[in-house]
Formats: sequence, structure tokens, C-alpha cells
Amino acid sequence: MAAVATPPATSAGHAAPKTVTPRRSRRFRPSRVVINAVLLAVSALYVLPLVWMLLASVSNTNSFRLTMPSSLTLDNFDAVLNIDTTYRPMLNSLLLCGFGTAVTVVVSVLAAYPLSRYRSRVRRPFLYTILFSTGLPITAVMIPVYSMFVQVNLIDSMPATALFLAASALPFGIWLMKNFMDGVPVVLEEAARIDGANTMQVLWRVVLPLMRPGVVVVTIFTFIGMWGNFFVPFILLLSPEKLPASVSVFTFLSAHDQTQYGQLSAFSLLYSLPVVLLYLLLSRKLGGGFALGGALKG
Amino acid sequence: MTALASAPRGTGTRRPSREAPARAVRTLLRGLPTLPAVVLLAVFLAGPIAYCVYYAFTDMQLTGASGARFIGLDNFTRAFRDSDFLNAVKLTLVFVVGSAVIGQNTFGLALAILMQKATKPVRALVNGVVIAAWVLPEVVAGYLMYAFFYDQGSLNSLLDALHLPAQNWLYTMPILAVCLANVWRGTAFSMMVFTAAINDVPQELTEAAEMDGANPWQRLWRVVLPVIRPSILTNLMLITLQTLSVFGLIYTMTRGGPGNKSETLPIFMYQQAFQNSLIGYGTAIALVLLVVGALFSVVYIRLLKLEDD
Repeated sequence: MAAVATPPATSAGHAAPKTVTPRRSRRFRPSRVVINAVLLAVSALYVLPLVWMLLASVSNTNSFRLTMPSSLTLDNFDAVLNIDTTYRPMLNSLLLCGFGTAVTVVVSVLAAYPLSRYRSRVRRPFLYTILFSTGLPITAVMIPVYSMFVQVNLIDSMPATALFLAASALPFGIWLMKNFMDGVPVVLEEAARIDGANTMQVLWRVVLPLMRPGVVVVTIFTFIGMWGNFFVPFILLLSPEKLPASVSVFTFLSAHDQTQYGQLSAFSLLYSLPVVLLYLLLSRKLGGGFALGGALKG
Repeated sequence: MTALASAPRGTGTRRPSREAPARAVRTLLRGLPTLPAVVLLAVFLAGPIAYCVYYAFTDMQLTGASGARFIGLDNFTRAFRDSDFLNAVKLTLVFVVGSAVIGQNTFGLALAILMQKATKPVRALVNGVVIAAWVLPEVVAGYLMYAFFYDQGSLNSLLDALHLPAQNWLYTMPILAVCLANVWRGTAFSMMVFTAAINDVPQELTEAAEMDGANPWQRLWRVVLPVIRPSILTNLMLITLQTLSVFGLIYTMTRGGPGNKSETLPIFMYQQAFQNSLIGYGTAIALVLLVVGALFSVVYIRLLKLEDD
């Protein structure tokens, strides 16, 4: 689990092939050319749907064919940039995910501290329960959650939906946060304890500043996960004016037979932009997915 | 979940010594910061699961909760006689095995291995595009894949250009289309897990194998793969769990259709509960999914042992 605290493992792999075979790597190697060619072909296939979305958003032909647009136009963006289509769904997403992420991060920092610092008989079962819950299919819980929300009149409530999103992100959040906290040496806390600081002060003034990268990772991953979540708001929210962008992409796609694919692509692009930017930020700072990969290795 | 909710109160009670109450109080105070987490998890996860277990044995309908009657195992016997349910089980198996166990896992491992040998710009490019597909929101990925596999979509343009037979993928073989879509969207995760794992293989091992005259294939099969075996198992468990509950991707692409040719369990469950208003029946199917997920989750925990106990 130490891998979590030192995520940027990217550079380690680069050197490996060269140092292992210094003589051969300078020579022309056909196998390497083949490998590069295969990977380029894979990338080309991978990038096709993305390129289609980019082109469709700036062309006025409105077709599924992958063609270069004859002229570039921003009409599609003009058409979707209004309150009903873009601003309100995006604001709803921001409210739901912002509130949900804030709750997840605060609650998992609090829960991670005792789990990381104290040994007790409760700790092990607690951690196993958390780990077990990370694997439960949230999709399967949604029908009972719906029935429960109907009974206590919480259906179509944005705060309740955000709290549910927070709870469903919590097991993974606590698990990651606990692992990051394990990387902060206990010695540093003891000095503060001697000076009379209580647990909350130690957590806030000593531990959190030292694990800021960990908090950033959990925050960004939680937010990305919630931003893309479709099923939870699709089930729990009903009023059109409360729906987040994930559900409005879906209703846009299934609304008419003759969907405006240019406009939908423009909107999808706008809706995807925040998470792509957040991910780039994360990978620049911390080696991105490698932090997550390290966390899961066990 | 029961351990989670009841455990903090139960500690210390068995100790007869005089320190016992003080110790119990201290444990309780120390555990206090976990309280918000315990409450949230109990209300929003444990609660619904308990609810699920109860309502799976009732005939509850969408029209009113008051009319729910206890009907024992009827929902389950009905499910196993329902050819649509059996079809959904079959398609879920195809989807999980095809797109996760075979697709994402093998493809992710292949990419991670090939990328070790590729030049730096190529590696950065592959990383970029594969992860981009993963970061995109599920519904957007579904929309892009719908456009890609559509009759007049990019795939058929490509096949035409290569003089290969084109066809209406979403109509003739929707389950293959959604499997490939899930591979496109999900491989990044496996790729990242395996890249991290391969980077952690000690260089001495591969060097020693090379000294002994092992060729690259032998080094891969005999050294690298055995060393990263735990990562492969963990990855398999995780992507199986993720794929088992995929809803948005399939629902945006095909809505389970045409007919029920791409109707996996989550979609079947949703349609029974909300379109046919059979909440009780839908809940029984949810329980089946939950139990399967829980079993996989238990195996996953056993693989990922807590290192310090």
C-alpha cells in the first residue's frame, strides 16, 4: 500500500528496456517497429469516436459519417448555450457533485483518522466491511433506494440525492484516505500532542497538510465519478429542472427521432470538459491513474 | 454491514478488570470521528440492502407501497421460469466474460506489455487516447459508441473503405456492439493497473532470466506474469464487479433492444421495476445481482488481505 503515498511511478518503467539491453536498443530492431505500428493502429481506432464528436460539434451536416466538415461553424454551440439545455443541467451537476464530494471527503477524512491511528478490535471488521462495500454493485441497490425514498418522501430531492451519491462513494473514499494517512509518520503528531493539541487540531493542523496530495486525489476521483453518474439521478430525480447534465444527455438523445447530433455533440463536449480537465490536472500533479493503480494493488 | 453499525458499542464489555469502563469510553471517544461515516453508510447502503432483502419476498408494485404482500419465494421461482430473466442472465454472462474477463483484462495486459517496448511518444499517445475514453462520462461514451456502431456510423464507413462487409451492428448483433463499447470504455483501468504492476517487477529478475538465455516470450510467461499474478486477480475481480453493474452505457446505446437482445440483468431489473411497475419482482432481481456481487466482493477481500494484521 506504500505505493499510494508515492504515486509517480511513470518514470520507473521508461528506463527498464534500455538498461536491460544497452547494446541491442541502439541497433535497429524490427520488433520495436512492429510494436509501435500496432499501438498506433490501436490508438487510431480508439480515437475515431472522439474525433467524430469533435467534428460533428463544429459541422452543420448532422450525420454519423466521419467526414471533414466543409466549413467550420459554431452554430451548434450557439444553439445549446442557453439556460434550459446547458447552463441549468450543468449547474445542477455542479451542485449535486460539489455537495456530494464535499461530504464524501470530509466524512472519509474523519473516518480514516481512527482507522489509521488506533488499534482496536473494531478496526479490522470495520475495514473489511468498508472493503466489502467498495465491491457492491450500486446499480442493484437503486430499486430498494427508490422505494425507500418514496416512503420517506425524499424522491426528487437534490440534497437527498447528493447524500446518496456521497454515501455510495464513501467506502472507496475511506479506503483511499486511510491508505494515504498511513503514509504520514505518527512521530510528527506526538510533538503537537505534547503541546496540548486535541485530535481535531492534530488532524487539521498536522496530518491534513502533510497528506494534501491524497486529499486532492480522493476529491478529484470522487467528483469525476459523480459527474459521470447517470443511474442515480435518473432514478431519484424526476423534475426536469432538477436533472443534472448526465441525464439531459440521455433525454436529448432519446427525445426526438431526428436528434440534432451536432448540437448533442457540442453539449457532450461541454459536459465532458470539466472531468477531462480535472483528470489532466490530476495526472500532471500526481501521475494520474497510477496513483489509483497503486492503491488497488494490495 | 451489521458489524459496522453495532461494533463500536460492543467493545470492552467483556473485560472484567477495573479499567474496563475507562477503556471502553476511550475506545468510544477515539472511534467518534467514524460516526458520520457509519450513519451515512447505515442509512443509505445498509438500509436499502435490508429493504431489498425484505421486499424481494413481496409482490410490491409501483402504484402503492401499502399493497405489498409477503409472497415467499414466488418472485424467485417466477424468475427462474421467466425466459426473459434467463435470457438476461445469459446475456450478463456473455457481457461480463466477453467484455471484462476476456476483453478489458487481456487487451489491457497486452497494451501494458507492448507499451513497455514502445517509443516514448507512442506510449504517451496510447495512454492519452485510452484514458480519454475512460474519463468521459458514461452517457457520453454510450452516445459516441451508438454513433460509432450506427448503420451509417464511423465503423461502417471504415469497413466500406477497407472493402469489408458492413452491417447494422446495433440491430444484428447488439450484444457484441455493447461488449466492444465496454472494452473501448473500460480497458484504461486494466491498462493502468498492469502498467503499475509491471513497473514494480524487480529488474534483477528479468535481467537474471535474460542472462540465463530466456527469450522475451519466456521472460514474459515465466517471470513477469507469475510476479504480477496478484494484480491480475485483483483486476479481474474489480472489472467483473464494475461490468456486472453497467447500466448507462448499454441503456444509451440500445435500451436493451432490439427486443431483448442486449438486455443484461441491470436493464431487465430496471424495466421490470419501473416500466412494468413490478417493484417486488425488480427487487428480487436486484437481490440476485447483489448476492452475486457480494460473492465476488468476498473473494476480492480475500485476495487483498489487510497487510498489517
